[in-house]
Amino acid sequence: MSMPALTNDSVPKVVPTASASATASVVTMTPKQPPKAERYVKMAREAAVRVVPPLIVLALFLIVWELLCRRAGSALPPPSRVFSDTRELIFDPFFDHGGIDKGLFWHLEASLRRVAIGYAIAAVVGVALGTLIGQSVWAMRGLDPIFQVLRTIPPLAWLPLSLAAFRDGQPSAIFVIFITSVWPIIINTAVGIRNIPQDYRNVAAVVQLNPLEFFAKIMIPAAAPYIFTGLRIGIGLSWLAIVAAEMLIGGVGIGFFIWDAWNSSHISEIILALFYVGIIGFVLDRLIAVVGKVVTRGTATN
Amino acid sequence: MAYLKLDHVDKVFTRGAATTEVLKDINLTIEKGEYVSIIGHSGCGKSTMLNIVAGLTTATTGGVLLEEREVNSPGPDRAVVFQNHSLLPWLTVYENVRLGVDKVFAKTKTRAERDAWTMHNLNLVQMAHAKDKRPNEISGGMKQRVGIARALAMEPKVLLLDEPFGALDALTRAHLQDSVMALHQKLGNTILMITHDVDEAVLLSDRIVMMTNGPSAHIGEVLEVALPRPRKRLELATNPTYVKCRQRVLEFLYERHRFVEAA
Repeated sequence: MSMPALTNDSVPKVVPTASASATASVVTMTPKQPPKAERYVKMAREAAVRVVPPLIVLALFLIVWELLCRRAGSALPPPSRVFSDTRELIFDPFFDHGGIDKGLFWHLEASLRRVAIGYAIAAVVGVALGTLIGQSVWAMRGLDPIFQVLRTIPPLAWLPLSLAAFRDGQPSAIFVIFITSVWPIIINTAVGIRNIPQDYRNVAAVVQLNPLEFFAKIMIPAAAPYIFTGLRIGIGLSWLAIVAAEMLIGGVGIGFFIWDAWNSSHISEIILALFYVGIIGFVLDRLIAVVGKVVTRGTATN
Repeated sequence: MAYLKLDHVDKVFTRGAATTEVLKDINLTIEKGEYVSIIGHSGCGKSTMLNIVAGLTTATTGGVLLEEREVNSPGPDRAVVFQNHSLLPWLTVYENVRLGVDKVFAKTKTRAERDAWTMHNLNLVQMAHAKDKRPNEISGGMKQRVGIARALAMEPKVLLLDEPFGALDALTRAHLQDSVMALHQKLGNTILMITHDVDEAVLLSDRIVMMTNGPSAHIGEVLEVALPRPRKRLELATNPTYVKCRQRVLEFLYERHRFVEAA
């Protein structure tokens, strides 16, 4: 180690090679970790970069809205009015006065429950049908054209038909959620299954996995990135559809709450409800994205 | 007695009205414990031939006999080391090897024995240290080692290597060739390897099967490499037998059967 220092000038050729190989091996074996405090500062800065700009935009938006709607006789209430009007709803979301006079929590809970049931059925059916279409050429030829037509039907167009079939609002809403979210799940799963590399199929053949093992150990993990793309589109669509469906079926649910508020001319309540709908839709989307990220780790980057 | 036998194998690919004869009348017998390489220009049907032995493709006519019994579907008795490693990226190194072990020894080994056998094979290729890593966290050479461990762990009667070192850099390739040689020496596997590297073929094989160019590729020549084992890469460079063998293969590939579309 002292040699290079002594002969630094006289033997320039030896020194760089020796030190280069030494540093190279050190770097690969123990990647340097920055001190903890430094890392936290860095993380905080990164978080700030992401959080501050939307907060500024939001503040500007609220100010403009306030200024525009402040004058007397404006059709829409300014944010300050929205807050004072809906204070009760915001701070006590859990009240239940019987009938449809419930806190927002209960409306959202009812909507989320319908979405959860309809979406869960759609996920299972969608992955199953998608696998069938992806795996079997005949199933694809038979089903794909029909699905391509059916998937363009707007969600609400199904509602009268499902009301006729089920004769009840609850299963009809669930059916609308199902039929809305199932198509992207089917189509993406099928693409994922069709794109499984031949190599993986060869491995399964050499190891002699049976069809069930092949499904569980090769197909689902290999197609997982595609499946989760479908699931994510699906959850977005079902949240879009539920509000519209609930406006029509009535009873309880955030869609009905909005419609009821409109009928009672409680514009502030509508705005509050829209805020919640947006936040929950965002959270649902993130949720599926995070689950997908955890499940497909390793798969996406081959 | 032939251990593995390719008996009058023809392979014709049909797409619509067009038919292409890829392989024509391939006859080859391989003895137990022998290391045989198949060399030829790209597109000569080497991989098709290996896939037929593996059972991943079926021969149009003729067949493959392993210990006198016909094989025409894939199975762990003819484990393949794929060119691009084909490790499942969602499984760890250990799980990739264990997948095969669990299937092959489902009835004959207990859980603990299967675990020990998996680790034993990872140790053979010096990859036990990375057992909990995922394939995308290890280097190309390491992936190929795991691929070899996965194949070895199935205790195949014939180990099929499909250009196993093709995607590796020269130094890693040499290192891995030495490992495969050592494993062959130690375990006495019967190995059929596809390659397009002349030095690799001469260094590793007992016999080199040289393929003519397609379409209708057939075996042009079979060369015995009468070099004693264990072989040392450095000493062989000047060995007259090695040089002569190398010369023969080069002549075959570049004079008598020059690749017409060579870029």
